[in-house]
Amino acid sequence: MTALLAAISSDADIMVAQNIFFGVIAAVMIVSALRVVTSANIVHAALWLVVVLAGVAAQFILLGAEFVAVTQVLVYIGAVVVLFLFGVMLTRASLGEDESVAKEKRSLAVAVGVLLFAVMATALIDTWSDDRIVIDEPQRVAEVSDSIFSQYIVPFEAVSVLLLAALIGAIVVARKD
Amino acid sequence: MSLLAELSYWQQTSLRVVGGLAGVLLVAGTLVYLHLFKMVSFMQSRLGPMEAGPFGSLQLLAEVGKHLQKEDIFPRKADKFVFAAAPFVILASTFLLVVVVPAGPDAWFINNDVGIYLGMAVSSVSVIGILMAGWGSANKYSLLGGLRATGQLIAYELPLILAVVGVVIQAGTMNMQGIVIAQAEGEIFGWGGIGNPYILTQGVAFMIFMIAMQAELTQAPFDMPIAESELVSGYMTEYSGMRFLLFFIGEFATAGVFASVASVLFLGGWWAPIPGLEWDDNTWNLLGPIVLITKIVILTFIVFWVRFTFPRFREDQLQRLAWKFLIPIALANIVVTAIFKVWI
Repeated sequence: MTALLAAISSDADIMVAQNIFFGVIAAVMIVSALRVVTSANIVHAALWLVVVLAGVAAQFILLGAEFVAVTQVLVYIGAVVVLFLFGVMLTRASLGEDESVAKEKRSLAVAVGVLLFAVMATALIDTWSDDRIVIDEPQRVAEVSDSIFSQYIVPFEAVSVLLLAALIGAIVVARKD
Repeated sequence: MSLLAELSYWQQTSLRVVGGLAGVLLVAGTLVYLHLFKMVSFMQSRLGPMEAGPFGSLQLLAEVGKHLQKEDIFPRKADKFVFAAAPFVILASTFLLVVVVPAGPDAWFINNDVGIYLGMAVSSVSVIGILMAGWGSANKYSLLGGLRATGQLIAYELPLILAVVGVVIQAGTMNMQGIVIAQAEGEIFGWGGIGNPYILTQGVAFMIFMIAMQAELTQAPFDMPIAESELVSGYMTEYSGMRFLLFFIGEFATAGVFASVASVLFLGGWWAPIPGLEWDDNTWNLLGPIVLITKIVILTFIVFWVRFTFPRFREDQLQRLAWKFLIPIALANIVVTAIFKVWI
């Protein structure tokens, strides 16, 4: 704790408001994320997920990555969670509590969660260790598109083809004839 | 010298918040009076409300007073929190959408690079509110209405966004202010007399945008989600009193806000070609909102004219129109626009 405080106080240009809001948003996200996995009602779990994803978008805005934040809202809240809710409500969206939802395969879920956390934490610490990322101004959308369509054009096209293949696969699986 | 330049940051921000609230609520009230009370009455050969205030102009306030006095009823099996929160989610999405719309050179709420992309993203959040309302009501008809609304809104969001892409390619920016400026300074084959409102060069996109907007607003002929002969009132069946009022305001506020987005994208937003007027930021700060509201009233007039003229689509016709007709045309429009942008 003292080491952390020393690290904070040693940096003169620390952005106080940004750090406070990072903490507030992170706390909301953690509570909501716990509610996602402990909710006994599957629709409530999906709605808590909306709060978590909105928190991620807010963190991106704090980092000055407007384009990524908006994409997060459009893709995850506007499409993925809506599809979750749509599918759940179309099939089995009972009102009230359903204990089996939260208890089924709980130990396996905890194991997967811990494993994912370990992998991501190792990767992040390994990449940046104690580098300081300075954000002076929001990232321009033009910069994002320039880097996608010049430096990262091959991965971008590969992802497009991959998604197209998944799309065609889904249609083939869904077709009855 | 700009009007706002002398104010400090918090004063500017407070002014913008007040402006946003007024921009949504006053416009919504105007649209209810002009279109729902008077224009439809004219189409149906009647006078409409005449008692409250001159020519019934205070009728809406009377309605608000009536709804506020009513009991806030919850169905016995309803999911209380989800049911209660749903109208606020829908209204929040409307208020977040209005922040991207500029009303003058300095009269904007936010002025950033993501602009219209942010608008499309937050407008898609209202689907969650509709699903919450439909499911939380613990009513079959509400749930069916909510599911129909979701299927429809997802289907028509694609042509809506694809129509916007044509405009973004032509303007070369997603910034709403930049799109207005691009239209004001644009030229049609070297003639800049009326600028270049994108309704002329992006006419196809404009038609697609208006049709998809009609569907996003769930106005007839796209009112399957609240089809009164089949589903009572769809996802808002169980709502009464203040919460029903929120849905009602939300419906017209969203119509106004979507129309303002359409007028920025296709009609030049706060800018209008006025002969003999020298460009001056302060003039446009005052004139801009008036010009924008005029355009909103014209566009919503078309929306409500269509609403009270055409019969309802069947569910399969509705989906076919979106996926097999509007989306391919919107994609073709993007390709043609891109070719013109690169070669000319």
